[in-house]
Amino acid sequence: MNPYEELLLRHCTMSNDVMVLTAENRGHMRTVPPMLGERFIDVGIAEQTMIGMAAGMAVRGRTVVTHALAAFITMRAYEFIRDDVGIPNASVLMVGMVPGILSDGNGPTHQAIEDVAIMRGIPNVGVFCPTDIDEFVEGMDYLITDGKPCYVRYIGLPPVFKHTEPFIPGLAEVIHSTSDHQVDVTILTYGFMARIAVTLVPLLEAKDLRVRVVNMRTLKPVDEQRIITEARNTNLLVTLEDHLQTGGLFSIVGEVLLHNHIQDHAPVMPIALPTWFRPGRLQEVLAYEGLNAVALAARIETFLTTISMKVSVHE
Amino acid sequence: MNTIDVQLLESISRNVREHILRMSTNGGAFTGASLSCADILVYLYKHFLNVSPSSLYDEARDILLLSKGHDVPALYGVFAELGYIDKERLSNHLSTSDSIYWHPNRAIPGVEFHSGSLGHLLSVGIGMAIDARLRKLPTRVVVVVGDGELNEGSIWEACLTAAAHQVDNLIVVVDRNEFQANMRTEELIPLEPLAEKFKAFGWFVHDADGHNFEDLHQAFNALNLGKGRPNVLIAKTQRGKGVPSIADRADRWFCDFSLREVVELIDELNGRTTAELTSETLVVR
Repeated sequence: MNPYEELLLRHCTMSNDVMVLTAENRGHMRTVPPMLGERFIDVGIAEQTMIGMAAGMAVRGRTVVTHALAAFITMRAYEFIRDDVGIPNASVLMVGMVPGILSDGNGPTHQAIEDVAIMRGIPNVGVFCPTDIDEFVEGMDYLITDGKPCYVRYIGLPPVFKHTEPFIPGLAEVIHSTSDHQVDVTILTYGFMARIAVTLVPLLEAKDLRVRVVNMRTLKPVDEQRIITEARNTNLLVTLEDHLQTGGLFSIVGEVLLHNHIQDHAPVMPIALPTWFRPGRLQEVLAYEGLNAVALAARIETFLTTISMKVSVHE
Repeated sequence: MNTIDVQLLESISRNVREHILRMSTNGGAFTGASLSCADILVYLYKHFLNVSPSSLYDEARDILLLSKGHDVPALYGVFAELGYIDKERLSNHLSTSDSIYWHPNRAIPGVEFHSGSLGHLLSVGIGMAIDARLRKLPTRVVVVVGDGELNEGSIWEACLTAAAHQVDNLIVVVDRNEFQANMRTEELIPLEPLAEKFKAFGWFVHDADGHNFEDLHQAFNALNLGKGRPNVLIAKTQRGKGVPSIADRADRWFCDFSLREVVELIDELNGRTTAELTSETLVVR
């Protein structure tokens, strides 16, 4: 049993009101279903039905954890989530499998790269994008107990860095900082790309750049204060995400800076997907899309050169 | 099988229809669809559903979900007649000071789930019915759907799931008035043979005259509840039933009558003069 299965079993054992539903997606839970007995329901390949059922159970006092591929739970069932989970603020968690770049070889139909944008657009519904299995399980533990509706980008990979903060919705964590003060580059990121960001740090530091990396964890609620602080204490703010540029972290940062009337912020460099990415093996996809550490280091250095040239022209 | 007081039921239905007509002005309402399911709702709340204004929070109560939410004036009319809400409250229709508008809102006592977008509440009802089964409660869940609503794929997806999971405390009632918004169902997306479709999906299928209380009583008493399959009752109804000048017409789906017309239509409901209608027809929403 993996740590997520252990968590589901623990919550179903602790409370009679927790239900686990899946739209025939069991890749991450092959062992636990029989142990959950009638508290586990596989509805078949029927994402809308699953969300409707979950909402019906939720208004009768249950907390329901639902599962399907990220592209299908967010888009096939979108109106059901909006109407039946969002409007009544129903205690339903929507766990999306192989989100973002993790759908690697599936092709564009399976690429959930607008999921953050559309899910954060539903009132009452939160968005959580963990970076590894530990963070996912810690966050799910909080969210199942909390009972508020939330979309979660699933990730089952082991940790590649040490978490510095407990999971609280709306609290980001600094996972690397060359200096406690002003730095040259601050990378705001989430989910799988945070793992890439930590491998990018030594490449930037080797160029004598001071670097800070922030794992945003939840995109809704988002840590506004962290965004504002970082935007004021760096020479370049990078938003790094495996998501379309529209509606994701880059948009969120723009909204936060505008809404809070922040004038004195660093230039913001968006690193996001312009469109559906080239399907293939994950490492090759990252290289092709310019999203591995080497490519990212080069993109950031080029951007820094461009803005410093602009500055010198103005001088 | 207990007996029913048909005269009493008919009298309640008449009052419900008057409420529907009174809500069909000053902004309007989905009058035709409301009139077609009025008798079904009166029967269910008087004789089938184990629920009352005093048991709205009883865990074991039966549940009715109006999946074709635009006929909510019929539901609110029933609620007003049976004491769930004050009759005066219906005059708040479309006022932002209350929650009475074209589709159901859970803020109104008795509404178990909101609706509006078609094809949602069958899956919600499956969730509620399974929840009750797991809690070992006697709760039965009745989902009222429109026949036009059966165009939605989510209905048939949910039908498969309900049969697979043997949700046998679930009853779907089809308000078979043979109209969808602007056209007859058989002219746009034919549904027949409808009973065979549900049978093929593994459901117990029943039918009834949706305006005949004796027939409804027989049919609801003949349901195969607790027998391993979900039940569907296809109730043959008429759009605009009870008010001949708007009955069975494609262009009297959404109606926004003048006050004079409402008075005349109520006269017509009471079997007196025929209303003279000049208000705009077929306001497509």
